Amino acid sequence: MKAAVILFPGSNRERDAVRALRLVCGANPSVVWHADHDLPSGTDLVVLPGGFSYGDYLRCGAIAARAPIMDAVRRHAAHGGLVLGICNGFQILCESGLLPGVLMRNAQLRFTCKDSYLRVEHSDTPFTRGYNAGQVLRIPVAHGEGNYVADPETLAQLEGEGRIAFRYCAPDGALDPKWNINGSIAAIAGIVSDRRNVLGLMPHPENHVEAALGSTDGRGLFAGLVEHLAQAA
Amino acid sequence: MKARVTVTLKSSILDPQGKAIEGALRSLGVGGIASVRQGKVFEIEVEGDDRATAEARLKEAADRLLANTVIENYRIEIAS
Repeated sequence: MKAAVILFPGSNRERDAVRALRLVCGANPSVVWHADHDLPSGTDLVVLPGGFSYGDYLRCGAIAARAPIMDAVRRHAAHGGLVLGICNGFQILCESGLLPGVLMRNAQLRFTCKDSYLRVEHSDTPFTRGYNAGQVLRIPVAHGEGNYVADPETLAQLEGEGRIAFRYCAPDGALDPKWNINGSIAAIAGIVSDRRNVLGLMPHPENHVEAALGSTDGRGLFAGLVEHLAQAA
Repeated sequence: MKARVTVTLKSSILDPQGKAIEGALRSLGVGGIASVRQGKVFEIEVEGDDRATAEARLKEAADRLLANTVIENYRIEIAS
């Protein structure tokens, strides 16, 4: 797998992403600076990592979404290339128009840093094929603006097209407002694009790939991408 | 030319920050506040003196960056 992790000023999870890609995918990712205009040739997967690009100025992800490299990321996605946006990366994908909707301040107005439980809603995407639909994952979150909002038409489209990849749930998989950690509409934790080659999610699967950290529930996402690319090749 | 772009949340969007400010005003004892919604104001100096050109530039700025029109509205004012 040829992976590129984009580094914006204020990104802070790029090394976590690189480590997960090395450990699970056996990849040796390039780290690409936001002011570059091109991705390394042959890039299979672009990762927009977590952090606070541009200090969250204006709106989270708004300025990063207009960075020069994002035109290359849009072209990559338009050709069916894989794009994974984690946390701030999800915010950037929404701001760049690669995914619909927007991430607003958490409903409880607090930065939330803890493990969340996610229910895998569909296993027919490159990002979720390593899991079974209905499977519950324990994956950490660390964000203040993860409250997903979309208008009713967009939400109906996401539901109808099976594009809600992950929802926040109770440890047993039940949907319960108490476990919807940021107040997202329909408990949405992650969505894919209409062609299913772009995923944005607030939780950090790259942080649960090593047993020493208490859970390896994030490995399935990265392992699934390797399978997907092997099959496509 | 001096201009101002005001960005506000659409009325259909919940504003938890506005709600928190509302609560803080209540706890300060500032009475008679029915509701608060938070927005942003951009004070912009536009080059040249053609109003129509300035307005077009400001509209482009608001559409492409200053506002996220999924959740926000904006208003452009140019000082006369």
